[in-house]
Order: sequence, then structure tokens, then C-alpha cells
Amino acid sequence: MKYMLLLRFELDAGPAEGTPEFDAEMAKWGEVMGELAQTGSMIAAHGLDTEATATTVRVRDDEALVTDGPFAETKESFFSYIIIDVPDLDTALGWAKKMPNVTYGSVEVRPLSAHEQDA
Amino acid sequence: MSEATEALERAYRDEWTTLVAVLAGQLGGDVGLAEETVADAFAAAVVEWPARGVPARPGAWLTTVARRRAIDRLRREATRSAALDRLETLMRDDDTTADAPEPPDRSGIDDDRLRLLFTCCHPALALEARVALTLRVVAGLEVAGVARALLTAETTMYQRLGRAKKKIKAARIPYRVPAAPELSDRVHGVLHVIHLVYNEGHVASAGDDLVRVDLCREALRLGRLVAELLRDDAEALGLLAFLLLTDARRAARTDAEGVPVSLEDQDRGRWDAELIAEGTEVLGRALGHRSPGQFQVQAAIAALHAEAPHWDATDWPQIAALYGELARLVPSPVVTINRAAAVAMADGPHVGLAVLDGLVVDDRLERYQPLHATRAELLARAGDHDGAAAAYRRAIELTENAAERTALEARSRRGGTGR
Repeated sequence: MKYMLLLRFELDAGPAEGTPEFDAEMAKWGEVMGELAQTGSMIAAHGLDTEATATTVRVRDDEALVTDGPFAETKESFFSYIIIDVPDLDTALGWAKKMPNVTYGSVEVRPLSAHEQDA
Repeated sequence: MSEATEALERAYRDEWTTLVAVLAGQLGGDVGLAEETVADAFAAAVVEWPARGVPARPGAWLTTVARRRAIDRLRREATRSAALDRLETLMRDDDTTADAPEPPDRSGIDDDRLRLLFTCCHPALALEARVALTLRVVAGLEVAGVARALLTAETTMYQRLGRAKKKIKAARIPYRVPAAPELSDRVHGVLHVIHLVYNEGHVASAGDDLVRVDLCREALRLGRLVAELLRDDAEALGLLAFLLLTDARRAARTDAEGVPVSLEDQDRGRWDAELIAEGTEVLGRALGHRSPGQFQVQAAIAALHAEAPHWDATDWPQIAALYGELARLVPSPVVTINRAAAVAMADGPHVGLAVLDGLVVDDRLERYQPLHATRAELLARAGDHDGAAAAYRRAIELTENAAERTALEARSRRGGTGR
């Protein structure tokens, strides 16, 4: 059985970067991710950039509505993810507009974190 | 004014946008870093020019300092970026040495300034962020000035700009002029932001003064820049014509106490004939492209007002028809309200009131002051003084601008009792 784990936190909750608590947590991440990889259960894992870098696309009456931020309707449920590698945001928004659910739901376009971009 | 101060002000006025635009291009579209390091370069000039004299080519001097700052900041980052390589090469082949002639071809600069505008007005940024970025990054207003202009605390404005600049970089909003299929939408997006800047200055939504001259001036400067860069775009010309023709009336729009004077009562001798002539000429060029749009229609309406030697000589049927055209292009209750006022002048108050009655008034529209002010005016003209008085009361309740409230109270005293 395949599962997706969706990890969340509230901004500013959890230890701050540069503190010993932060370093301890990083060690813990390393431990659990290593353990997961060793069992052969890991398929993919990526960090995302903050919500402040997100853009949401909807198409209504053939008109594309592009908004700053994640702002999913509270009733909308998360049902799929696609990771793409394209030159810039306009190209990513172009693909987002082609997703069939965009006419009745929404597609959030969020960059992977800077660390993932270099990887 | 000392020679150094004068040179600084001239460089700031003439070179800011170009310096940021070109550097942002060299930095691969990092608009935030370009804006911050060009600001650093001007700060350095404030110290160095008075002490060591004004450099022979101020723009080149500022470019070199800004590039050095950008290189310093990029070197501090963990990974080596393509932007850093490019800048270091540019510094090695230094193309800005003091004796080199100015590059004769400025088309690259025009392209960079356009890229800067399109990036700052990208739809993935919140509208308020686009307005703030355009004022700060493109027009070069200090952050404190942008905060004051948009009635926002300075710390909030720093955060808003910081977040927008981070998004441009992190989400990689491209630094380019959009391609054909989306170009016209995106041009409209840029014009919309400039129009908003002007509107905010033209009728300040809050505060004590009706007009905020600083914002009007910046919007006009931006309008001229866009019309220069997009010289074949009818709507870019249309917006500039609209801004010029509207701004021409500015001096007459308020009395000595700062109270608004309605178009009907304005002293037309105080309208700026030069701006009207320029606006009319620009509108002519816009219409010559035979590609109609909302800003050209609004400019045409403003031109008809400008042409009329006095209120009674206004070509109301033509203005009413243009509002009809505007309602077709961009239907909205606001346009309908203006159309009602024009129709009332052309065909009588009852016809105008009938147009207003066609509006579906939801809660939001019910709180829109001009709806009540217009209805009051038309009711008064139709002889319904009680109705007019009630509508004026509601309009006054809804007004947050002190100068506008005073004017409404005066009109209410006149209209609510019959003249």
C-alpha cells in the first residue's frame, strides 16, 4: 500500500534556526529519514518553500484567475500532486491552467525549497 | 543648491529606473537585490559626491558601485550563482569606464525597463504589492514615501515589499516581456496598476486632503514611461491621455480651503491648457491605432469635458454614448452610475434615475458613496427634495474624506431645498 504523508507546521512554531534545539531536531530528521530509506519504503520526499511564495490558479468562465498565496477554498480537498522542472513561474502557471480540475477547483503552484532547487 | 546635490537629484530622477532595470537583468531577474544595491549606490553618492566631486558619468559611477555591492552580497551566499559569474565578468570587462562614450543604442535599456514593469506588475503578486513595488522599484519612491502615499505604516510597507521581492526570486517570476498570447492581458495589468496609483492620488480614499499630488505626479511619470516604451499600444497611449486630461483639471478641483469643487462649478480658466493640448494629441495618436479600449474611452470623455468652454456647452449626448461604450467594454456598477449622471444631463433627470434603478444594489454597492451622491443630485434636479435630502444624508455618512464631506454638505443644502 502506498501512502502520502503531508507534513504541516505553523510558521514560527518549532525550534528556530541556529538554536541547539534546531540542531537536535535536524539530527532527528536525519535519523528518521535514514531509517525510512533503509526499510526501502521511501518513494520521494521534498521540502517546499513557504506559503508566501505560492500562487493559486483557477479558471472560471474561460478566464484564468491568478492569485497570490495558497488560499484554497476551505471545502477543497487536496487530491493530487505533480512535481515539474520548468524554467520559470509563467511556464509552471501555464501547466497549472491545463489541469482539468482547474475549472472547478484550484491548482496551487509552490516552488520546492531553495535547497531542493540546487539538489 | 550645491553642484553635488543637484547632480544627485538629477541622477535619481533620470537614472533610477534604468539602473535598477539593467542591474536586475544582469542579476537574472532578482529585482529585490537590484533595487537594494542601487539604493546603496545612491546612499554612497550622498556621502562621496559632495566630498570628492561629481563623477564625469554619474550613471556609470552608480552602476559600478551597485554592482560591487551586489557581488559582495552574492559572495556571502552559500552557493555560487550564475548571476555572480555574470556580474564578475561584467566588472572585469568594465563597460562603464569613465572615458568610454555613452552607448548609442538605448533599445536594450528600454527592454529592461519594460521587463522591470512587467515583473513588478505580475499577476502572481497581490495587487497591493504590485502597486507598492511599482512605486518603490520602478518610480524610485523611498519606502517611507510609498508607505505615506498608500496610508500604510512604514514597517508594514517594508514587510509587504520584502515579501513581494522574496516571492519574485523564490518563485522565479520571469524577468521578461510576456509573449504574444498573454501580452495584451499583461499590458492591461500594468496599465491597471498605474491607473490605481493615479486614482488613489486623485481622490484620496482617506485623510483630510482630496488630492494627493505626489501620487498623481508619480502616476503621470509612469504613464509617460509606459507610453514611451509601448508606443504602438493604443491603450497605453489612452491611459496617458486620460491621466493628462484629468490632471489638467487638478488646480480647479479644490477651492482655497481644499474643498472639492464639482465639475459644474469649476473655474475652467484654471484648467491647464498645456496638459489638455498634450492629452488631446496623445488621444489622437491612440485612436489612430483603431484598437479601442477602456482607457481610450475614458480619455475621450475627459477630452469632451476639456473641450467645453462651460458646463452648459458640454456635449452630453456624446458623453452618455461613450459611457454606454465603457459599460459594454467593462461593465460595472461604477460605470453605470457615471452613465446615469451623463444620461440625466443629455435626456433629463428621470431618464438618469431610471438607469440607476436598473442597478442591483447589494450590500457592497449600498455602501458606495457616489451611488447616493449621484442619486441625490438627480432627485434634486427632478424636484424630489425630500428624496434628495435623504440620499445626501446617506452619502455624507459614507464619506471618509473630510474635504469631500464638506462639499457634499454644501450641495445637500443647495439641492435638498431646491435652488
